[in-house]
Amino acid sequence: MNERTLTGLLLDEIELTSIDMSHACSVSVEQIVELVAEGVLEPVGGDPQEWRFRGTSLTRARTAIRLQRDLGVNLAGVALALELLDEIDQLRGRLRRAEGAARGLP
Amino acid sequence: MKYRDYYEIMGIERDATQDEVKRAYRKLARKYHPDVSKEKEAEVRFKEVGEAYAVLRDPEKRAAYDQLGPNWEAGQDFRPPPGWDAGFEFSGEGGQADASAYSEFFDSLFGRGFRSAQTGRPGSGFRARGEDHHAKVLIDLVDAYQGATRSVTLRTPEFDDSGHVITKERSLNVKIPKGVAQGQRIRLTGQGAPGIGGGPAGDLYLEIEFRPHSFFKVDGRDIYLDLPVAPWELALGATVKVPTPGGPVDLKIPAGTAGDQKLRLKKRGIPGTPDGDLYVVPKISLAPADTDKAKALYLRMKEELHYNPRSKLGV
Repeated sequence: MNERTLTGLLLDEIELTSIDMSHACSVSVEQIVELVAEGVLEPVGGDPQEWRFRGTSLTRARTAIRLQRDLGVNLAGVALALELLDEIDQLRGRLRRAEGAARGLP
Repeated sequence: MKYRDYYEIMGIERDATQDEVKRAYRKLARKYHPDVSKEKEAEVRFKEVGEAYAVLRDPEKRAAYDQLGPNWEAGQDFRPPPGWDAGFEFSGEGGQADASAYSEFFDSLFGRGFRSAQTGRPGSGFRARGEDHHAKVLIDLVDAYQGATRSVTLRTPEFDDSGHVITKERSLNVKIPKGVAQGQRIRLTGQGAPGIGGGPAGDLYLEIEFRPHSFFKVDGRDIYLDLPVAPWELALGATVKVPTPGGPVDLKIPAGTAGDQKLRLKKRGIPGTPDGDLYVVPKISLAPADTDKAKALYLRMKEELHYNPRSKLGV
C-alpha cells in the first residue's frame, strides 16, 4: 500500500514528445512517425524531434495501433476507420440530443 | 476450470482450413473490437475470440488442442489429462494480447511454454526502461467540479519464478485536478513498470471516466439536466431551484417557455478553459387529477382555454 498522494500531470497542460508517445503506446518512434505521415496524428512542430502531441493524440494513437494489430488493417485503412469512428461519435451525440428532445412530445 | 470450445467460439468446423480460421477471426475481430464495436460484452467476446485464434492459428497449439478430442462440451469441467502435451513443442510465438487476457483454461494448456518465451531476456548487462502502463479511473462528476483525491487500485499481471501469471495489486492515492473532462489523461511519472537492470521505471497514464450520474449528463465540459416543471411554471414563468454539481441555484424560467427549450446557465458546467455550461431542459410534469378539486381545475381549463395542442398537425 502506498499512502502518499500523488499529483500527476494533466495531458493538455503538458504535451508529449515523440519519445513519450512511443513509450506510452509501446511502439517504436518510427511507428509514431508513420502515423503522423498518414495524417492520423497532427503534432505541432517541424521535425520529429520537435513534435509535440496533445492528450487526444495519445488516445487516437493507441486506438490506431490496436486496430492495426488486432484487425490487420494497414495505415490508410486505420486513418479511414478513425475518421468514420469520429463521424459516428458525432452522429450518436446528435441522435442522443434529438431523442432527448423527442421524449417531451406526446 | 471450464473447457473452452475454440471452434464454437470462432463459429467454424473442426476441419476448417487455416485460411478459414483467419477469415473467421478477422470477421469476428471487426465485429467485437472494443474500439469499434457497440455490441454488448464486446470486450469479453473479443478476448474469447483472440484466445481462440491464438490457439487455432498456430499449427502446434491447434494440433495439441485437437488431441484433447471432440467430445468435450463448452463449459464442462476440465483437467488436462496427464502428459497430454507430450511430444508437442510450443515455440511460444504470438503473444499479442497482454498476459492477463487469456483464460485459466488456456493457461493450463499453454501457460508455461507460452509465457516463458515472453518473460525472456535474462543475460547480464541488459538495461531497459520499464513499460508505460495505462489504467482507467472512475470518478464522480462532483470530483471534476471540485477536484478530489481518489484511491486507485491497479492490478498488474506478473510472472512468478515458474512462469505462472500472478496478479499483483497496489493502491495509489491520486489527486484528481479540478476541471478534468471525460477521456482526459493524467500522467504519473515513474509509476509504470519497474525498469530492467537498473533502467528507469515507466510512467502510468490514468484515463478519466465519469461514473454515470442519476440526473446530470456530461458532454465534454457541458452538463445537461432534465428539469421537471409544472405546466404553469412554464406558462406563467417562475423562479425554481435547480441542482448543479456545485449546489442548488435559482433559475428564472421566463413566462411562455416551451418544454424542451434549453436554458443555459453559463459557466455552471465543469470548470476549465473555457468553463463548461449547464443546460437545463424543462420537462413538463403533469399534476395528477386525483382529487375532485384537481379534476375541477382541469375541467375548467378544458372548458375555458379551448386549447388544441394538435393544431399544427392539421387535426
